[in-house]
Amino acid sequence: MLLLLLSAVPLLAQERPYFVTYSHDMEEPGNLEIEIMSAVGTPAPGSRFIGSSMEFEYGVKAWWTTEFYLNGQSTQNDSTIFTGIRWENRFRPLMREHWINPVLYVEYENTAADKTIREVVGHDGKADFLEQNGEARQETEREFEFKLILGSNFKGWNISENIIAVKSIYNDPWEFGYALGAARPLALVAGAKPCSFCREKFAAGVEMYGGLGDRHSFGLNQTAQYLGPTLNWTAPNGTTLSFSPQFGLNDYSIPRIYRFGISYEVNQLFGHLNFRRGGKP
Amino acid sequence: MIRVFIFLMVAFASCAAAEADGSWMKKVPPRDHERASPFHEQSEAVAAGKRLFGAHCASCHGENAEGKKKKPALTSERVQQQATEGDIHWLLVNGNMGRGMPSWAKLPDPQLWQLIAYIKSLH
Repeated sequence: MLLLLLSAVPLLAQERPYFVTYSHDMEEPGNLEIEIMSAVGTPAPGSRFIGSSMEFEYGVKAWWTTEFYLNGQSTQNDSTIFTGIRWENRFRPLMREHWINPVLYVEYENTAADKTIREVVGHDGKADFLEQNGEARQETEREFEFKLILGSNFKGWNISENIIAVKSIYNDPWEFGYALGAARPLALVAGAKPCSFCREKFAAGVEMYGGLGDRHSFGLNQTAQYLGPTLNWTAPNGTTLSFSPQFGLNDYSIPRIYRFGISYEVNQLFGHLNFRRGGKP
Repeated sequence: MIRVFIFLMVAFASCAAAEADGSWMKKVPPRDHERASPFHEQSEAVAAGKRLFGAHCASCHGENAEGKKKKPALTSERVQQQATEGDIHWLLVNGNMGRGMPSWAKLPDPQLWQLIAYIKSLH
């Protein structure tokens, strides 16, 4: 069915090149975005890993986006495992565009030994990636994550700030983190003719994110911090490819993380499925 | 936790319903109403706008902006005659979220004006 959709639906994409930071952009109602994102890192003296997530993002309403994730990872000289699921919902409380646009984010995740690094909170750091998968899988994380997403658009630039709070359903303290991003398409004016590698097809930016400790030890002490440029390209068929090398800013961080992403948006999912069944599109 | 979640859902739904009342054109501030397109009737902009329309708008409003199901036609008198370029720009930036029209503020402003150049060429 997926191949059927990919082969037949006209599509669009105007994605921000962020991997960790959320902007205030919501999924268009009725559209489904399918995305695979991977993070590759080597947490010396541990082994190289690749953590991947497959994401299904659906626009329920113009002000409500829901997203479901399947996560997995593979570690060199160790194993390849399924690490769990995430389900998130984003709500836009203000119905118009403002200088700063808030979005409320609620997520539940049930993961173990996850290495997708979709956010850094508390004292998450390099040491978390040194355990063998067999050991790490014993510690299942069941937690709620809340974000306040603030986004602004100004002269083609998008500037986004995320404030993150995570609470495990177990008796762990609240953990905090942040993510910041700024990005811009390389051209603001669209060309009259179709093109593949013209500047309007590229967007570039920078991301910074890290932990802010927990309720008992709030601050930057013993937290991982990352910074890196990020770039994406939208192919003529609407597929978006993203890449970002990200650099750990202290010894607590993984020195380098390389992120890759590929996404595709299916327009008006249910209308298309209805059409396939012989109904009106 | 579940009660808080349900409360938030109901609150957001109420906000959306309230926003859906009335016509969007009445909400456009005078300053936005009077804004003029920097690409007014430029053929290059119309061609670019047509491409943008095919990519971002046609799945809801139809390949020729004729409308689909509950999604309105953009060839209507209201869009072509009554709404100014500034009105349509305001709608694209802010959306009409209670009625399913998302904000297109994620598109750069020049592309919104190119889109408007195409829409206005459909009269």
